[in-house]
Amino acid sequence: MMRLHSGDVTLFAWHALQGYPARTLLMLIAMAIGVAAVVVLTSLGEGARRYVSAEFASLGTNLLIVIPGRSETAGINPSTMMGETPRELTLDDARSLTRSFSVRRMAPITVGSANVMAQGRQREVVILGSSHELLAIRHWRMAQGQFLPGTDLDLATPVCVIGAKVRNEIFAARRAVGEWLRIGDRRFRVIGVMGSQGRSIGVDVHDTVIVPVASAQQLFNQSSLFRILVEAKSRSAIRPAKQFVTDTLRERHQGEEDVTVITQDGVLATFDRILQALTIAVGGIAAISLGVAGILIMNVMLVAVSQRTAEIGLLKALGANRRQILALFLSEALLLSMLGAVLGLVVGQLGSLAIRYAFPLLPAYAPAWAVSLSILVAVATGVLFSLLPARRAAGLDPVLALSRR
Amino acid sequence: MIRLEQIGRDFQVGDQTVHALNDISLQINAGEYVSIMGPSGSGKSTLLNLLGLLDRASSGHYFLGGRDVTALSDDEQAHTRNTQIGFVFQAYHLVPRLNAAENVELPLLLGGVAAEERRARVGRVLEVLQLADRAHHKPDQLSGGQRQRVAIARATVTEPSVLLADEPTGNLDQHSGLTVIDALEALNARDITLIMVTHDAAIGRRARRQIKMVDGRITADQSSHDASA
Repeated sequence: MMRLHSGDVTLFAWHALQGYPARTLLMLIAMAIGVAAVVVLTSLGEGARRYVSAEFASLGTNLLIVIPGRSETAGINPSTMMGETPRELTLDDARSLTRSFSVRRMAPITVGSANVMAQGRQREVVILGSSHELLAIRHWRMAQGQFLPGTDLDLATPVCVIGAKVRNEIFAARRAVGEWLRIGDRRFRVIGVMGSQGRSIGVDVHDTVIVPVASAQQLFNQSSLFRILVEAKSRSAIRPAKQFVTDTLRERHQGEEDVTVITQDGVLATFDRILQALTIAVGGIAAISLGVAGILIMNVMLVAVSQRTAEIGLLKALGANRRQILALFLSEALLLSMLGAVLGLVVGQLGSLAIRYAFPLLPAYAPAWAVSLSILVAVATGVLFSLLPARRAAGLDPVLALSRR
Repeated sequence: MIRLEQIGRDFQVGDQTVHALNDISLQINAGEYVSIMGPSGSGKSTLLNLLGLLDRASSGHYFLGGRDVTALSDDEQAHTRNTQIGFVFQAYHLVPRLNAAENVELPLLLGGVAAEERRARVGRVLEVLQLADRAHHKPDQLSGGQRQRVAIARATVTEPSVLLADEPTGNLDQHSGLTVIDALEALNARDITLIMVTHDAAIGRRARRQIKMVDGRITADQSSHDASA
């Protein structure tokens, strides 16, 4: 049986593509658009995923948030019917959570709102009671002065750190650091102004006054904590830290597991999954254009078979069998799809580069799976949609084919 | 070497059956020079297509080199065309995007001949047909006569035993036509069986054996020796 050499087939296909430049260019563009669309759209999706991940990382990916009450037992149950509330979290609870190698730092949180007043101006703002460690846990930066002092948690030092918006509205153009601020019925010395960070997981840092946790508890006349933030030493330490927090608080609460520990990692994983799904979805939508390109290739190849009928007849007269004709036409489609895919890849990567240039915050890099899959789908589409025209060519009657001019 | 036994070829046109060839029995020996002549629709091209294994007979048997090739599979027929038969068409049928050498190379490429041997054989055959200086010219850069000589080179590069020419001078002026006929006759002189379909009686008469067809039947089959006698 006669066998065509693969190099000869490729060269013949290459000559055929060169012989019809307009048709070749049309199909190349169609395939390239499909691949470029997949690359650009998945790079956008991946960029969004990386951006969100980075934002979470800046908040502290190794963060554990301890909330009083069990999330599973929330809602109507016998204890809530009898007016019971979850056991409170206390400062002693918070302090006990630092006694582990897996925990780097801890910050108790108390939240309330109060009137703040200075130099005749007043407004109601959110008061956040916490500790020195909060700054590092939340990756916040100071604009002026310093954050809360690293004193004992029980010490109600009359100092406060104010957000930029509070500073502007209460102190206007005057210097705030060193001034007195009245919060409720107490006076606090302003020791620092927060940096420019905006909203961070439900807290608008601009519009907040931060005081030592003991001071906040006195202000709001409460001994409980809103929540406790615990930072694990590393990503791998999150699990033992969570176990430690749960065990410690169960022990302190007479064997009752009455707190919920949320890990930032878990939230991040959820976001990651959502954005990954989004990336796959937009990639899938873009892949439709590959299908459209495939249909275009089929149409153009059908026209090509029709235009090259006499050539096919000649090849048969010269001894080409059905499989050889099939191989020659499929090789053309394969070569075209591969060239189109490479062109699309280049255009797509340039598109991603342009997005990164225009939006430096968005790390728009197409994921490797999307790149390889788009090339694979492009080649498969090109070959698949060329099967019909190639089979038609292979099945042509040589006498009739030769009579076509 | 070629033997046809009661060959018939029917075509279905609508409800009607057209008998393009009727009960053709014929023997052509190796190295013969045969012309087939007849009016349009007489079946001469159909006969040539059957001889070239481009078409299948509706009835009868075709023996090529002693082997019954009537019922060969498509692939076996393709292989036989590639190795034993050469075609020269009125319309040349050169691939426009390929140069002369590449066009001549095509049957060798389809036959799986290695590139080095292909180049050597193409070079030799172009030399024989005085086309060596036109090897890298595209068909649209060649004259009609040169194109037909390229087609002859392509038909003979595989060194076939039978050369089938369908109106090889039909598209050429008289001078070019004669050059082409000279080239074909030179090949016949090297023991290649030459079977040529032509309308042109003057060219047909140059063949040592002349077959005349009318309505799908052979009406005359005479050699030049008989004719002159």
